[in-house]
Amino acid sequence: MFHAILQISLLCVSISMLGLVYRVIKGPSAPDRVVALDAMGINLIAIIALVSMLLNTPAYLDAILLLGILSFIGTVAFSKFLEKGEIIENDRDL
Amino acid sequence: MKTNDIILQTVAKLASLVILLFSIYIFFGGHYSPGGGFVGGLLASGAIVLLLLAYDLKTVAAILPIDYKLLIAAGLLIAVLTGAGALLFDAPFMTHTFSYFDVPLLGHTALHTAVLFDLGVYLVVVGVTMTIIQTIGESE
Repeated sequence: MFHAILQISLLCVSISMLGLVYRVIKGPSAPDRVVALDAMGINLIAIIALVSMLLNTPAYLDAILLLGILSFIGTVAFSKFLEKGEIIENDRDL
Repeated sequence: MKTNDIILQTVAKLASLVILLFSIYIFFGGHYSPGGGFVGGLLASGAIVLLLLAYDLKTVAAILPIDYKLLIAAGLLIAVLTGAGALLFDAPFMTHTFSYFDVPLLGHTALHTAVLFDLGVYLVVVGVTMTIIQTIGESE
């Protein structure tokens, strides 16, 4: 029973990932693609959590936190590039 | 035009501290759980990169006055010295040993010399990553 529930939720998350892939490919502007990639990172976290429950191991829990941090830093870097044109400034008071 | 990114700066201050704590946790948990010096070093440089994104190169250099090339050299020196330390006890190069100690706060703990080698890996990874990012960020 529990196994079937986990597999059904994996299927649902995979379908939502497919919708986000459509948005990444089709998205008319760059911010659309950035937001879709950020949401894909969150969905990947959900998939890792479901798989770690299916395999009955706590070994993937560090990867969940790691992926959250990486997707946050990546989104911040991309949005700063879109806003200012450069990611790391030399001196922001100039 | 001056942009006002106070939300990003406040979040970066708090989040970089959490990321640094997580990197130290992964570094010390590497012997018994997934992780170790490499992932811990990458996470620590990720925290510094988040500060670099929220502020700029000059401010971060004032917060953390570290020459990252010296960090690479220190990490390599620690790794080689832990390997060569085995030679003093008539054992082959890179022989590691461990023993149990009663540490004041932590209680009965196993201390292993492999953690010193891992510390060298950690310092080299932080130094290499930050040197690459700083060199690319500085060039106009």
